[in-house]
Amino acid sequence: MNILNALFKTSLGKKVIMAVTGLILVGFVIGHLVGNLQIFSPPEKINAYAHFLQSLGGALWAIRGFLLLTVVLHIWSAISLVLENKAARGAEGYAGQKTLRASFASRTMKWSGLIVLAFIIYHILHFTTKHAYGPELFMVDLHGEQVLDVHTMMVLGFQKPLVSIFYLVAIALLSIHLSHGISSMFQSVGLRTRAWSNCLNKIAVIVSVLYFLGNAAIVGACLTGAVEVQNAKVKAALAACQADCEVCESRIASIN
Amino acid sequence: MKLDSKIPSGPLEKKWEKHIMEGKLVNPANKRKYEIIIVGSGLAGASAAATLGELGYKVKCFTFHDSPRRAHSIAAQGGINAAKNYQNDGDSVYRLFYDTIKGGDFRAREANVYRLAQVSASIIDQCVAQGVPFAREYGGMLDNRSFGGAQVSRTFYARGQTGQQLLLGAYSALNCQIAAGNVEMFNDREMLELVTIDGQAKGIITRNTISGAIERHSAHAVVLGTGGYGNVFYLSTNAQNSNATAAWRAYKKGATFANPCYTQIHPTCIPVSGDNQSKLTLMSESLRNDGRIWAPKKKGDKRPASQIPESERDYYLERKYPSFGNLAPRDISSRAAKEACDDGRGVGETGLGVYLDFSDAIKRLGEDTIRARYGNLFDIYKEITDESAYEVPMRIFPAVHYTMGGLWVDYNLMSNVPGLFVMGEANFSDHGANRLGASALMQGLADGYFVLPYTIPHYLADVPREAAPSIDSPEFVAAEQDVIGRTQKLLDNNGKQTVRSFHKRLGKIMWEYCGMARNKAGLEKALKEIPALREEYHADVRVPGTADSLNQSLEVAGRVADFLELGELMCRDALAREESCGGHFREEHQTEDGEAMRDDEKFNHVAAWEFKGVDAAPERHQEALEYESVKMATRSYK
Amino acid sequence: MKVKLKVWRQENADAQGGFEEYEADKVNPNMSFLEMMDVVNEGIIEDGGNPIAYAHDCREGICGTCNCMIDGKPHGPENGVTTCQTYMRSFKDGDTITVEPFRAKAFPVQKDLITDRSALDKIQQAGGYVTVRTGSCQDANNLPIGKDIADLAMDAAACVGCGACVAACKNASAMLFVSAKAGQLNLLPQGAPEKDKRVLNMVAAMDEAGFGNCTNQYECSAACPKLISEEFIAKLNRDFIGATLRKNFQAKALD
Repeated sequence: MNILNALFKTSLGKKVIMAVTGLILVGFVIGHLVGNLQIFSPPEKINAYAHFLQSLGGALWAIRGFLLLTVVLHIWSAISLVLENKAARGAEGYAGQKTLRASFASRTMKWSGLIVLAFIIYHILHFTTKHAYGPELFMVDLHGEQVLDVHTMMVLGFQKPLVSIFYLVAIALLSIHLSHGISSMFQSVGLRTRAWSNCLNKIAVIVSVLYFLGNAAIVGACLTGAVEVQNAKVKAALAACQADCEVCESRIASIN
Repeated sequence: MKLDSKIPSGPLEKKWEKHIMEGKLVNPANKRKYEIIIVGSGLAGASAAATLGELGYKVKCFTFHDSPRRAHSIAAQGGINAAKNYQNDGDSVYRLFYDTIKGGDFRAREANVYRLAQVSASIIDQCVAQGVPFAREYGGMLDNRSFGGAQVSRTFYARGQTGQQLLLGAYSALNCQIAAGNVEMFNDREMLELVTIDGQAKGIITRNTISGAIERHSAHAVVLGTGGYGNVFYLSTNAQNSNATAAWRAYKKGATFANPCYTQIHPTCIPVSGDNQSKLTLMSESLRNDGRIWAPKKKGDKRPASQIPESERDYYLERKYPSFGNLAPRDISSRAAKEACDDGRGVGETGLGVYLDFSDAIKRLGEDTIRARYGNLFDIYKEITDESAYEVPMRIFPAVHYTMGGLWVDYNLMSNVPGLFVMGEANFSDHGANRLGASALMQGLADGYFVLPYTIPHYLADVPREAAPSIDSPEFVAAEQDVIGRTQKLLDNNGKQTVRSFHKRLGKIMWEYCGMARNKAGLEKALKEIPALREEYHADVRVPGTADSLNQSLEVAGRVADFLELGELMCRDALAREESCGGHFREEHQTEDGEAMRDDEKFNHVAAWEFKGVDAAPERHQEALEYESVKMATRSYK
Repeated sequence: MKVKLKVWRQENADAQGGFEEYEADKVNPNMSFLEMMDVVNEGIIEDGGNPIAYAHDCREGICGTCNCMIDGKPHGPENGVTTCQTYMRSFKDGDTITVEPFRAKAFPVQKDLITDRSALDKIQQAGGYVTVRTGSCQDANNLPIGKDIADLAMDAAACVGCGACVAACKNASAMLFVSAKAGQLNLLPQGAPEKDKRVLNMVAAMDEAGFGNCTNQYECSAACPKLISEEFIAKLNRDFIGATLRKNFQAKALD
C-alpha cells in the first residue's frame, strides 16, 4: 500500500485528508479574517492589501488553485465518509437512539458544512462580480496608482440587512463547524490525548468564538454605520441615487 | 476395568522429564495428516488449539459461544499461581506442589500436581510474551500477591481481571493460528455427542446453534476442555451457559467420571436477592482480611444491622476459630455461614446471608484506606445490591464456585476411552478434594500449553495416518440420529412446565442435600427425588420453538436433561465416600469441633464411575492414590 | 414495580422484524434487567409463545456476550456497565422500556436481540496478537515494563468485546474496539516488532468488515461498559500514520 492508497482508500487515511485540509482551511479563514479586520483602519490599508494580493498574478492563481483543491479534498473526504458511514449503519435504524456525549457541533458538521459551502459560493460571487453602481466609481488612487476600492465595496455590501444576516448566520455555522473541527483534527492525526483534550476543546471553542466575533464585528460595524463609506465619488453617487433610477437598471441589464 | 494412571516411575522431580523423553513423537511432515478436535475455547481449549496448531496438527476448535473469547475462564478474578519465587520469599516448585496437594486435602495425584507446579513458571513467561498486562512494580518487574492463605506471594494478577487477560492471551494465540490456517474455528457449535469407533474417540456431533443444523466432525483424537458442572446447582458463580453436556456425553460413551462429589463452595458471594435470581456473584476473598463476619445472636432478628448492639452479635468465626478467625479456609467459613442461617439467624430479606462488617476497619484505618484497598469491590457490591458497604455491613453467602471432579484421565490427560483427552476443569486430576485459590487458571493453561502438546503425540504416533474416519460411517450416522431423536423428543414433549423451573428445583435438591454439608439420609432422599424429577421432566417439560432455528430454550433443555442425570451421580458419589475431605463434607465424619475427618485407610483413592445404562446403577472403580514424596497430615486451622 | 417492554422481534436474519409489547409486573427493583427478561420469557413459554432471544452468559459484566440497546443506549441507562449489570432500580415504575438489538451493517441480526459480532473476531485475527511460539519465551522478568505503561495497556485490555462502541456510534465505527486491541499490544515492548503490520492489517480488516469511520464524537467511549478512553483512537491514528510512512520510506530487506 503506498501513501496515496493509504490516504484515499482507508478510513483512517480519509480522516487524515479531512484533518490536514481542515487545518489549511482553518489557517485560511483566520488569515482572511485578519486581512478583513483592516476595515477598521483607514481605507488605504485594506485597499493596499487587496491590491497586493491582486498583484501577485500567477502566484495568486496558484494559491487559489491550492485552496480550491483543499476545499475539494475536504468535501470529497466528507462525502465519502458520510456515504460509508450511512452504509455502515445498515438498513434498519434504531427506534430511538440517545446522544451520550457528542457535541452539537459534531452532530451538525455535514449541515454546517453544506450551508457554509453555499455561503462561500455566494461570497465569492458577491465580491468579485462588479457592482450595480458602475465599476469606474470603485477605483481609487493609491500612491499614484488606480486600485480597487475594496473598503467601499465591503461597507456597501454589508449595509444591506439581508446580506448581513446571511453572513452572520453563515459565519456562526462556520464557527460551530470549527469548534468541532479544530479539536477533531488533532484526534485524527493522533495528537489528542486525555491529558490535554480538555484544554484542546477549550482552545477550539475560544478560537471559534473569536473567529465569530471578529467577523461579526466587521459586518456589524458596516451595518450600523460605525464604519462608513469614505469614497467621495461613491458617496456622491449614493446621494444622487433614487428609488427608480434608470441608470442603475441599465447598468444591471448590461452586466447580465 | 482397571484405571491405569500411567504415572512414570522414578523420582518425583524427574517423572515429567523422563516421560517426555520416553514418549513417542510424530514426524513434523506427518503432523499435518492428523486432525484433532478440541471442544471448548477457554484457557485449556484455546491454549491447546493454538499450541497444537502451531506444532503443525490440523486442529478444529469448537465453542458454543459466538466467539472463543467468551469462555467462562474470562470471569476468574484473583490471579494465577506460579513458582517463580520473584518475591524471594522461599517459594519453590516443591512448595507450590505441596501447598496444592495439602489444599486438595490429599486427594490429588501426586505426579500430576508436581508437573503442574513444574510448568507453572513457563506459563507466566508465555503469557507475558503474548502481551498479557500483568500488574507491575515501579521498577518494571512483575508484581505478586499472596492469595488463598498461602504463606508466599506467588500469585500473578492483572487487576481483578486475571482470567480475562489470560484468556485473551490464549485467544490471541488462537487467532494467530486461525489466521495462519492451522486451526479451523467453529463458533456457535454445541457438542451433543461423542462418536467412538472400535472404542476409540473419533469425532463429535454438533448442533449449529444459529441455524440448528446437526453436523458430524471426525478426527484422529478428540480433546474436551469444556469446563465444570457447577450449574447443576442452578445458582452458582458459573456463567449461564456453562454446562456438562460434552463431558456427560463422553461419560455415556464409556469415559469414567471421577470424584463428581467434589464441589467447591466459595464463602464470599453476594446473597440471593429474590426468586428470580439467575446468578451469584463472587466478592474477592481478600475482603476477609479486614471485614468481620457476624450474624445476630437472636433467631429471626430483623432489625437493621446498625440497631443490633455489639452484645447481640455473634462473630462466629472468631468465636470458633480464634487463631484463624475470619480468615478460616473456604470450606470451613462456608459451612459456618450455612449453620448460622439454618439456625434462623440469617440476615437480609431472604434470611440467607451473614454480615461482613467493615465498620471496625473503617474506624481503625479510615474510610480512605478501605477505599484504596477494596474500592472496586465495594463499587461492584453497590452496583448489584444498591447498598454502600461503607455505611452498612456487606451481606455475603456461600455459593457454588468450582467443581474439582470431572472425567477421569491418566497422566497423559487421556480418559479411559482411547483418543479422548480431557483438560482443565473438565478433568479431575490436579485439585484433589479442594482447589486452592489462583490454581484453576494455572491448571487450564498448563494442560493446554505444556502438557497435552507433549502427551497427545504419544497417542497419535500409534494411530494410522490415513484420513480421519469418514463422517458417513455408520457410527457417525447413528450418533447423529441419537442427537436428532433426543432433540426432537424434547420439542415434541408438549408439557406444561418450563425448563428453568425444573433446573431450579434440581438446584434446590442439590444445594440442600449435596451442598456444603452432606449426610446419608439427605443424600438418599436426593437419590429418590432426582430420578423422580427427571421422570417428571421428560414427561412434562415444555420446550418451545423448532430444531432448525436459533432456539435457546432447546439448548438449555438438553443441558438440564444432562444435569438431571449428573446430579444423581454426584449424590451417589457423595454417599459412597464415607469421609469428609476438602469440598466434600459428610456430617457423619467430623471431629468434635466440626472439622473434616478423612478416612485415609478406606478412601485414599479416586472414585471413577462407569456408565452402565440409563436405568442401571453406574459402577464405582477405584484408582488408589500413592504418595511417594508427601506425608499425609490433617489440616488444622484453630 | 411494573414496566412495559417494547422489544424487537425478528425470527431470523432474513425475516422482517418489528416491535412487540410485553408487560412485566411484580418486578423487584433489585432484579437485573436480564432476570426481568427471564421472567417475561417464562411467562411467554407458559402461554405457549416463543420466548425472546437475547445473548447473555457470565452475568457479571466480563464476558461481553450480552448486548441490548435499552432505551436508545447500549446496555441501558447507567454508565460503565453491561446489560447484565443493569438493574431494574434504574427504571421507574410504569416505564416503557424499548429494547433493540445492537445495529450495524457489520452486526447482522440473527434473531430478536441477538446479533452476529464475528466481524470483531476477524479484525483480531488480522493482527491482534503477538506471534510467539509456545515455550520459546524468555523469563518474564527479563523484560521490565514501567508500571504506567503496564497500567495503560491494562486500561485498553479491559475491553470485553461487546460491540457497544459500534452500536452507539452514529457511523457504526469499530475504532474504539480496534484501537483498544491494537493499542494494548502496541504500548508494550512485546508488541513492538509487529506493531506496524498489526496496525495496517487491523485497520484494513476493520474497513473490509464494513464498519463506519470515526467522526470523533466519542459516543463509543461514553457507551463502553469499561469506559475505555477515546485516546486509544488517537493513538491508533498516530500509529497508522507512522506505520504508513515507515512502510514507504524505511529500508526493507529483499523479498
